[in-house]
Parts: sequence; C-alpha cells; structure tokens
Amino acid sequence: MKIGLLHSLIRKEEKLLIEAFRNAGVEPIMIDDRKLILDFHTAPEIDILVERSINHSRALHALRLFESAGIPCVNSYHVSQICGDKLLTTAALKDRGVAQPDCRVAFTEESALQAIEELGYPVVLKPAVGSWGRLLSKINDRDAAETVLEHKSVLGSYHHSIFYIQQYIEKQGRDIRSFVVGGECIAAIYRTSDHWITNTARGAQASKCEVTGEVAQISVAAAEAVGGGIVAVDLFESDGGLLVNEVNYTMEFRNSIDTTGVDIPAVVVSYVIEQARK
Amino acid sequence: MAECPVCAGKIELADDAMTGEVIVCDDCGAELEIVGLDPAKLDEAPSAEEDWGQ
Repeated sequence: MKIGLLHSLIRKEEKLLIEAFRNAGVEPIMIDDRKLILDFHTAPEIDILVERSINHSRALHALRLFESAGIPCVNSYHVSQICGDKLLTTAALKDRGVAQPDCRVAFTEESALQAIEELGYPVVLKPAVGSWGRLLSKINDRDAAETVLEHKSVLGSYHHSIFYIQQYIEKQGRDIRSFVVGGECIAAIYRTSDHWITNTARGAQASKCEVTGEVAQISVAAAEAVGGGIVAVDLFESDGGLLVNEVNYTMEFRNSIDTTGVDIPAVVVSYVIEQARK
Repeated sequence: MAECPVCAGKIELADDAMTGEVIVCDDCGAELEIVGLDPAKLDEAPSAEEDWGQ
C-alpha cells in the first residue's frame, strides 16, 4: 500500500501521524509541497494522499490536481474548499440545517455597517479565509465598526472586503473542539481562555470534554455537511444549545491526545488505510 | 551536531529527526527548520503566512 503524505513544514502532528503509519506497517511517502510540480495529468504513484500541508492555498490546489490525476485524497478537494472558506462553510451548514450563529455577508463598507447594525452589537468580523484566530475583530459599537471596516477596505487585500459578520456568542470563556473521523466523533476538548478568542494557537488551555450525545450529533452533522472525512469542529455552548462555529480540515491535535486519552493519530491512520483499501 | 543559523549555538538532533521538521533552538529560542540530516543543517523556519494553520 502506497500512502502519500502531503506536507510542507513537519509539525508535531505530522510526526505523530508518521509514527502511527509505521506502527500500522506503512511507510508513508513524503511529498513536500515546496518541491511539488503538477502537470494536470499525472501525480506521484500512490494509492491515496493524506493532506497535511500547513498552507491552505497550496493544499486546496494540490488536492484538486491529485484528484484530477485519479488519486483519492483525505480530505478531499471538496472538503478543503468548503472548510477553507467560512462563507462556504456557513452555506453548507445552512443547507443541512446545522445550528450555527447568525451571520451576514456584505461586500462594501456601507452594506457591512448596515449588516452589523441589523445583527446588533457585539459582532465578530472574520476574514472568510483565515485561521489560528488571526485578524478576528470583536466589534462592540458603531465607532469600532466604522474604524475596522475602513481599515480593512483601505489596508487589506481584496478578500478582506468580503465582510463575513458573525453574531457574537457569549461563551463563558471556552468553546469546544470535537474531532470527527469517518462519521464518528472520537474525542472533544474544551478550549479555555480569558481572551474571547479561544484558539490553542493563541494560548487557550485544553481540557477534556465528554463526547455527549449532543456533542456527537452536531459534530457528525457538521462533518457530513462539509463532505465528511477527517475534521475538527469548533462549537459554542449557547443558551439555545450547541452551535457550530467553524470546521477545520487539516486538524491540529497535539494538545488533545493526552487530554482526551484518545490516540487520535492512530484513529486517523486506521481510517486512511481503510479508505485506501476501497 | 548542527549549528543554529541565528546564534551559532550547537544543537543535537533527535534520532528520529527528519527534514522539514521544525525545532526550537534552546539557546536563542529561534524556530528552525531541519533542511539536511547528513550533514545536519538548519535554516530559520519560514514566518507564518496568512493561510497557515486551522
């Protein structure tokens, strides 16, 4: 069995996956996206590709071309496209009726300001494409809204003028990240922080979250909405129940193995091998 | 033994070190990428880009 692992920098997650593959008797074929040349027809001789590139844009385009060359990919191009764009994620969740915070999209400063006022303060303004909690703005009043919108329009690249505006959910200092592999919610953590942004990349602390029926149900529904595969789902606890904030397709899990007691890389590897045998 | 390209400190690579891996220099705290194993060679790791991470 030939399993390709698309990567750029090798992070802790990639090392854990490589070790898990070796434990399963598979030596992954490392494919560095910085050295990759694709010709729209052929691809390295592998049975399946595991995407672990740190760059979303490289991952997205490489997956499209690997699939063009007939190589099945985990995750698929479709999943990466949906998850890599918050606007598309929100649309996919809406299509499947998965609960999420109220959201607006606008394309000009004026219409964005109107949308923010309609949603009511505070709101969170996010880049449609972005990660690790970067460039998120919690906007508490009209003065802040006008300032941030002007800065984004003047100083940001064009995609910062696709204004993705999300209702702010008071989450009491934590959110939930759940891990879904092949339609099963295998583990979950709380991410706790004094800051309103609760990404572990921004210093939030991870602790175990029990996978209740509600966590499992909405996590699996969110994963199915974006196309399945291997994803991490960010959830808010609201008065009305759990809401899906985001779905991540190249999930980071280094802080979640000891925390949950679940051997996440082993589960991922088992799923990939099962997919390769199909 | 590799040399940190930032502070010239000596760094012992782990037995399972691999090219592309990111490590941190204990002396200066710089993030480094392993770009060679035999001989061991380190470069400064690339800075985080806008589309990095999840």
